[in-house]
Amino acid sequence: MIKRFLQHLSSIVWLMVDASQEMADNMIRGRLPFRVNTFFEQTDRAGVGSVPLVALVSFFLGLTMSLLTGYQLRPYGTERLVPGLVAIGFSRELGPLITGIMVAARIGAAFTAELGTMTVSEEVEAIEAMGIGPLRFLVAPRVLAVFLLMPCLVVISNVTADLGAALICKWQLGIPVRYFGDLVHSSIESRDIVAGTIKSFLFGLIVGTVSCYKGLAVEGGAAGVGDSTTSSVVIAITSVIIFDTLCNIVLVAIYP
Amino acid sequence: MDESVVDMKGVSLAFGAKKILNDLNLAVHSRERLVVLGQSGSGKSTLLRLIVGILRPNGGVVRFKGREVSRMRRPHLNRMRQKIGMVYQYSALISSLNVRDNLALPLEELTDKKEEEINRIIDEKLDMVGMSDTKNQMPAELSGGMRKRIGLARALVMEPELILFDEPSAGLDPVISSVIDELIISLTEKTDATSIIVTHEMDSAFKIATRMAMLYQGNIIENDTPDAFRRSKNAVVSQFISGSTQGPILEKKK
Repeated sequence: MIKRFLQHLSSIVWLMVDASQEMADNMIRGRLPFRVNTFFEQTDRAGVGSVPLVALVSFFLGLTMSLLTGYQLRPYGTERLVPGLVAIGFSRELGPLITGIMVAARIGAAFTAELGTMTVSEEVEAIEAMGIGPLRFLVAPRVLAVFLLMPCLVVISNVTADLGAALICKWQLGIPVRYFGDLVHSSIESRDIVAGTIKSFLFGLIVGTVSCYKGLAVEGGAAGVGDSTTSSVVIAITSVIIFDTLCNIVLVAIYP
Repeated sequence: MDESVVDMKGVSLAFGAKKILNDLNLAVHSRERLVVLGQSGSGKSTLLRLIVGILRPNGGVVRFKGREVSRMRRPHLNRMRQKIGMVYQYSALISSLNVRDNLALPLEELTDKKEEEINRIIDEKLDMVGMSDTKNQMPAELSGGMRKRIGLARALVMEPELILFDEPSAGLDPVISSVIDELIISLTEKTDATSIIVTHEMDSAFKIATRMAMLYQGNIIENDTPDAFRRSKNAVVSQFISGSTQGPILEKKK
């Protein structure tokens, strides 16, 4: 199992190295590293298309989190800690994590299924046989789209979660929205935002590379596409959670 | 003597324990239409993938116009591939692009041609394969024969020196199959391209070929003109051409 894991890991690393090499070759020839319109199509799909889901889920999570913590803290008269708790919790941990999981399920699955279908129908091979680097043509715009859009989605997740929390704080805990904002502002620190931003870039990279790698590695027709899509989502979500823990350990150690 | 366009020497390839090609030797000369015959799974398509550098041999040498494909680095390999057109068994058109964009893809990605010139080339190639009115259609809207013709037009847009055909008439009715065969002959003659056609359809093979090669158990067992092929004394070749159930091919399988 460890051997297989290491094989997959090295293949993913080589995928990124080869994609970078293909892009560099194209740039040396005085051309753009990949098709700009493909990149914008993918950003629209991965980013803009994910906004409603990310916003909705984060809004309800923020709402639930403030409701539950508010009821726990109220007997001690410390319910004014709720805004800071939700804001820090989301900007540092839950925002990137929840967004990473949602993007892995929504976009990662789509990338794997799309590239997998192209692989089994020999479209990827045809692109390669024409002398067009399939990695720069297919993988680079997708990975870059998720990588760059993930922090934006995390910001949306954080804002909507705070919005949900603000509503509960106002109606259930008696904290006005303006005071909620002041409490958030005074409790959140730059390290929380930096930690969340680092994680969001990292999770974007993980979801993008894993889903593209699994798509290009599909074997065995339609059933293979199905299996690869399932395993892509499982691997991406598991990796996001594992790397989240590793990030926390590292960030707490170097940036407490 | 002219230099071979493709030269394969002592080529061996195995997928795990399964040997596909074993010390194979084959040379393809300029403007030839070489038809490679062989049973399903005999390694015919693998042969094409070795020539275009998608697969690398475990042993031996594959050369395209004197340059060793198997040792080329990616940028050189990509430049070499621009001189080779490949037509796939199931066309392999990019399903998310319409016919026009499928044909434009290599021109836009690999050349500095202006849009007007690209459009002119696309119109010319679509006209050559008789598909001018499909420019805005998606691959899913086309029949198998139409897709094959678009695949052929796509292979021609870069004006390749070598065209590889993987089962060009597989799965088509006899009439459309004949249309594709005639297109292959007329287009390769018009463009002066060398072509390698992989098939196991005998009618097509004899119609298209200027030379034929039979791939059997990982090696070329017969390599001659179509007439000589018909008169072959090789029991495997005779059985394959006649389609008989009696002979060494099935005996070996049993």
